[in-house]
Amino acid sequence: MQPPVALSALRRAVMALEPGIASAAGRPFETGRPDLDAWLGGGLARGVLHEVHAGHARHPAAATGFGLGVALRAAGGRPLVWVRQDPVEARVGGLYGDGLAAFGLDPSRLVVVRARDPTGALRAVDEAARCSGLGAALVEMGGAPGILDLKASRRLTLSARASGVTLVMIRLDASACPSAATTRWSVAAVTSSPVEAKAPGRPAFAATLLRHRAGRPSRTWHLEWDRDSLRFSSPVAEPAAAAPLPRAVVSVPVGGAGPAEAGRRRAG
Amino acid sequence: MAQVGGALRLAAVGREAMALGLRPGQTLADARARIPHLVVEDHDPAADAALLHRMAGACDRWTPLVALDPPDGLILDVTGCAHLVGGEAELRAQSLRRFRHAGFSVCATIAGTPDAARALARFGRAGTVPPGGEAEAVRALPVAALGLEQDTRAALALAGLKRLGDLAGLPSRPLAARFGEEPGRRLRRVQGLEDRRITPLRPRPACWADEVFADPVAHRPAIAAALQRLAGRVADRLEAEGRGGRAFEASFFRSDGAVRRIGIRTGRPQRDPDTILRLLRERLDALADPLDPGFGFDRVRLAVAAAEPLEPRQPRLDGEADHEDAVSDLVDRLVARLGAARVLRFVAADTHDPLRSSRLVPAAEPGASSAPWPVPEPSEPPARPLHLFDPPQAVEALAEVPDGPPLRFRWQGVLHTIVHAEGPERIAPEWWRDPDAPTRDYYRVEDAQGGRFWLYRAGLYDRETGPPRWYLHGLFA
Repeated sequence: MQPPVALSALRRAVMALEPGIASAAGRPFETGRPDLDAWLGGGLARGVLHEVHAGHARHPAAATGFGLGVALRAAGGRPLVWVRQDPVEARVGGLYGDGLAAFGLDPSRLVVVRARDPTGALRAVDEAARCSGLGAALVEMGGAPGILDLKASRRLTLSARASGVTLVMIRLDASACPSAATTRWSVAAVTSSPVEAKAPGRPAFAATLLRHRAGRPSRTWHLEWDRDSLRFSSPVAEPAAAAPLPRAVVSVPVGGAGPAEAGRRRAG
Repeated sequence: MAQVGGALRLAAVGREAMALGLRPGQTLADARARIPHLVVEDHDPAADAALLHRMAGACDRWTPLVALDPPDGLILDVTGCAHLVGGEAELRAQSLRRFRHAGFSVCATIAGTPDAARALARFGRAGTVPPGGEAEAVRALPVAALGLEQDTRAALALAGLKRLGDLAGLPSRPLAARFGEEPGRRLRRVQGLEDRRITPLRPRPACWADEVFADPVAHRPAIAAALQRLAGRVADRLEAEGRGGRAFEASFFRSDGAVRRIGIRTGRPQRDPDTILRLLRERLDALADPLDPGFGFDRVRLAVAAAEPLEPRQPRLDGEADHEDAVSDLVDRLVARLGAARVLRFVAADTHDPLRSSRLVPAAEPGASSAPWPVPEPSEPPARPLHLFDPPQAVEALAEVPDGPPLRFRWQGVLHTIVHAEGPERIAPEWWRDPDAPTRDYYRVEDAQGGRFWLYRAGLYDRETGPPRWYLHGLFA
């Protein structure tokens, strides 16, 4: 038996065990920007945990906006749950219904849960992750609470996988710590493409893929949120648009049995 | 001891004092003259009332219909309940035993109407009156047993009517002509000829199920198993009635008389035993002071406090209704765990004041209809921020006068240099709420790092008083 065959068979076996890569949770959802979706192998996985880190502690709202965009893409037309905590609320302010509507989320689709502390927030989001009627659940975490360990995130992933609810965890100021998240992003604010009279434009982000469970290499995209079509798009004038992709990208079929094993590595 | 009129009088006396000849209502001076070493305490009516309430809660074990008869009585409607403990005599004996065991001096009477039982318990010989025997049993009671006003009582006494038997022999019409309708009506009630409803302390549940233990149970799994059986029984009953519960209450009766009640509410009628159990468990887990079995619970009850019609439904083929139900159930579970004030939904208000245009209301409560949400202009950037500070945060800002956008501002010690700005959007205060509030000029700004902020200047140059101050009101994504 050839060692590479054995290796790829082993990889496939591990893939099938990994939550978030196997197709149990259904088709992935597209972010809306073709080159990003191609890079991710068709989009982001549904029914798993995605982590969004704030690139700048001073601009936490960029991570929130990106996370909300991901959740909206994942949810389709279904309801959302947003779990908040009192300390976070004091720091970044309360959610604003008019602002959610201006971002493209009908506020009547949203259930807001206000937990006292990280423990309560985790339990609430775990409860939400088991409700198959939901489209997505968001949770914000400030700092690095001890309760949020590998076990907790694995638990969330398992709950989400069974129900198909996509979880988005927004880490406001945490350094990366081990977690079972399928993707981890670092999102910083960037200046938008101004509209007429130098007015600030659409929400713009520099989103860096820090970790991907299927081993996609790290890369940064400049994205804008297009509220009218509810998708991420390329900015009108993007500095990184001219740069070619670092290498040819082969899209991986869901389930992991693709010819792309050579380009795959474990990251994180 | 309590102050009555100008004198200090005894409000209540203990058993030993009673034996020494003291009676409630005596002046303190008289009592002291007889017993120089008398120990007195201030009368605390609120504590008495609270104790009576607790006793009423303990009586819940025999019947859900318990009414207060202040200051020191309880009336229980035991219709249809007595056979559960082995008959009326046994019920009476059991209740007396329980309260005497706890150190109370009590007497109890079971009779056909609440008034008869009350009159006999307070003024006559206690016991169980056989059905129809009330008129005979109350003959010897004094007229005071009717509970009439002082002047009517005095008038009856003047006429030589001292016993209920004297009154019972009189024709009712002349009696009513002379003393009013009231004595006649009270008499009929006390004689058991006319019934009245008691007003129970707690509303009668739609249905309930009890589990009684021969020996008190303190073991958690045993309690959980009892709850499970109760949920099944309640669910069967609800299903037979075609109803579902909107509010459930589990009562845990401790063997020492204390009662602990745990309530849950649901967003839609429910009768699935697993759902009910799960909500109860959430609630029990989230209790700040956990259920303390003490020496054990001897009875557990699950009551449906509110029920609504619930028809069996055919699941829809597209599964849409199931999604709604699933979310409604999720809200119930979160409410059971976190409390109704922490599970919220947005409601829009028809106002231009940013602080009032969107509100969070408890998601579990119906009503509070929402105004339509503002429809964003196509292809325009968001005009309102995702996060809003309440109250707005004061910042130092440098701006052109009179109404130019800020050039830079300092928030939490960090200087932000603005590269893009839009404004002002002038939002006048609602003068009918706060006539002195200054006008606000809002600006949407973006700093060199890409942070997008919603700032406003409170007050207009020259037109409103004082130098204008700047505030950060929200953060855009």
